[in-house]
Amino acid sequence: MGKQVDFEKIEKSDRTRRTAIRIVTYVMLTFWAVVVLFPFYWMVLTSVKSYSAYNSEYIPKLFTLSPTLQNYVDAFTAVPLARYFMNTLVFTVVTTAIMLVVTILAAFAFARLEFRGKHIAFTAFLSLMMIPNELVIITNYVTITNLDLRNTFSGLILPSVTSVFYIYLLKENFEQVPDQLYYAAKVDGTSDLKYLLKVLMPICKPTLITITILKVIECWNSYVWPRLITDDEAYFLVSNGIQEIRENGFGRENIPAMMAAVVVISIPLIVLFLIFRRKIMAGVARGGTKG
Amino acid sequence: MDKRNWKGWLYLLPAILFLGCFMVYPLIDVFIYSFEEGYNSASQTYYGVGTYNYSYVLHDPYFLQAVKNTFLLVIITVPASTGIALLISVGLSSIKPLRELYQTIYFLPYVTNTLAVGLVFMILFKKTAYTDGLVNLVIHWFGGESIDFIDGPYWAKMFVLCFYTIWVVMPFKILILTSALASVNQDYYNAAKVDGTSRFRIFRKITLPMISPMIFYLIITGFIGAFKAYSDAVALFGTDLNAAGMNTIVGYVYDMLYGNSGGYPSYASAAAILLFTIVLTITCINLLVSRKKVHYV
Repeated sequence: MGKQVDFEKIEKSDRTRRTAIRIVTYVMLTFWAVVVLFPFYWMVLTSVKSYSAYNSEYIPKLFTLSPTLQNYVDAFTAVPLARYFMNTLVFTVVTTAIMLVVTILAAFAFARLEFRGKHIAFTAFLSLMMIPNELVIITNYVTITNLDLRNTFSGLILPSVTSVFYIYLLKENFEQVPDQLYYAAKVDGTSDLKYLLKVLMPICKPTLITITILKVIECWNSYVWPRLITDDEAYFLVSNGIQEIRENGFGRENIPAMMAAVVVISIPLIVLFLIFRRKIMAGVARGGTKG
Repeated sequence: MDKRNWKGWLYLLPAILFLGCFMVYPLIDVFIYSFEEGYNSASQTYYGVGTYNYSYVLHDPYFLQAVKNTFLLVIITVPASTGIALLISVGLSSIKPLRELYQTIYFLPYVTNTLAVGLVFMILFKKTAYTDGLVNLVIHWFGGESIDFIDGPYWAKMFVLCFYTIWVVMPFKILILTSALASVNQDYYNAAKVDGTSRFRIFRKITLPMISPMIFYLIITGFIGAFKAYSDAVALFGTDLNAAGMNTIVGYVYDMLYGNSGGYPSYASAAAILLFTIVLTITCINLLVSRKKVHYV
C-alpha cells in the first residue's frame, strides 16, 4: 500500500511541475509578444493623440480618451506623403515586374534548355550570390551619377532589379516539373516560350508568388540605394520620406503627425503579411534574410 | 544544335546584362577605385596607384569609432538574439494553443519598415524638455534615474541600438529555429522518455545537437548581417551618425560616398573592402569552429 501512495505523490508532483513549466513558458512568450507589439501600439496611440494633448503629457499616458484623425490629415497635407507613397508604389511594381521577367527567363534557360556553357554560366551565377551589396553599390552610385540618372526612376530601379537567389530558387522549382510535360508539348509543336507561359508558370505559381512577395517587401523597405541617388523630394521613397519628415518635416516636435505618417507607411505591408502569412513565412524560411 | 545554343543564351541575356552592369563590373571596379590615389570624381582623374586610401581610412578616427561600434554591436547582438530566439522557439514548440497567434506576432517586425519603426523606438527612448519618454517612466517606477538614450551617454545609445537590432532580427531567427525544431525526429524524444531522461538532458543531448546546423547557420548569417548594420542606426540617431558617435562601418562607407563628408569613392571603396576582409575572416573562423562543434546528420 505504501508504494501506491508514493506513486500518486510522484504523479502529482510531476503534474505540478508540468503546469509550472507551462505557465513559465506562456509568461515568457507573452512577454516577448508584448515587446514586439508595443511599438506598434505606441505608434497608433500617439498618432491619434492631438498635438496639444501629446505635448502637455509630461508623463506619457498609455491610452487616450479623445482620439483625433487630424494628424492623418496633417500627414498628407503638410508633407508630400502621398507622393512618397506613389513613388514607392511605382518603384516596387516596376522593379518587381522587371525582376520577374528576368528571373523567369534565366531560370527557364537553366532548368530546361540545353546549351553550351550552361554549367559554367550557372556556377558563375551561383558565385555571384556571395557578393555583398555594399561592395558593388559604390561603383553603381558612380555609374548612375555619370549616366545622369540621379533623381530618376530608371536610376532607382535598374540596379535594384537583380536577384541571383530568386533565379536559383525558381530554377530548382522548374526542375521539379516532370520532363514528360515538356516532351508532350514539343510533340504538339509548342514553342519553348509558349510552354514556359502556359505550362511551367501556372504549375510553379506558388514559388512565383513567394518571390514576388519577398521582392515587394524588399523594395518597399529599401532605404540605402534610394537615399544615395535621390536628393530631390519628388523622387523620395517612403523610407527616405520618413527620414526627411523626421529631420525637417512638421517641425521637430510634431510627433503625433510623424507617427500618423509611420502608421500609413507600415499598413500596406502588414496587410499584405496578414493575407499571405503562410506563404511569406515559408518563403522567408527557404531563403530570405534580413539585417 | 547551333540554334539551340543561341536560344539558351538569349533567355539568359537580360539576367547577364543586369548582373554584368550592376554586379560584376562594380565588383572589379571597386578594387580599382580602392587603389587609385587622390581620385577626383568630377574630373575622373587620379594621381597614382598605391595603398594610401587604405592607410587614410585606417587612420581616420571616424572609421575607428565605426569599427568599435560595429564590433560591440556584433558581439552583443549575435549571441543575445540567437539565445533569446532559441528560448522562444523551444517555448513555442512546446505549446499547442495560441501557437499560431504567437508565431504571427513574432514575425511582424520582418515586414515593417526599419526606418519607420526606428522612429517609434526613438520616441520611446528619447528624453526631451517636454517629456522623459516612456522607457524612462518605467525606469522611474523601478526607482532608477532617467537617462537620455538617444543623445545621452555612449553606453545608453549602444543599448538602444543593440535592443532595436535584436528586435529587428528576431523574426528570422525564431522562424528558422521553430522549423528546425519541428523537423527533429520524434523517435529520439520517445526513446529518451522511455529511458526516463530529464527535460534538460533531452534538450542538451538531443535537441541541441539535432538543430545545431541551423543554430550555426543563424550565427553565421547573424555575424554577416550585424557587421553590415546601418539603417537601424540611422533610424534611431538620424543621418549624421558621425556627430552622434554611433556610426557603423557601412555607414562610414556611405558617408564617404555621399552626404556632407562625401565625394570620396576611393576611401569608400577601401573601407568597404576592409569591411569584407573582416567579415570573410570571421566567417572562416566560424566555419572552422563549426567543424568541431556542429553535428551534421
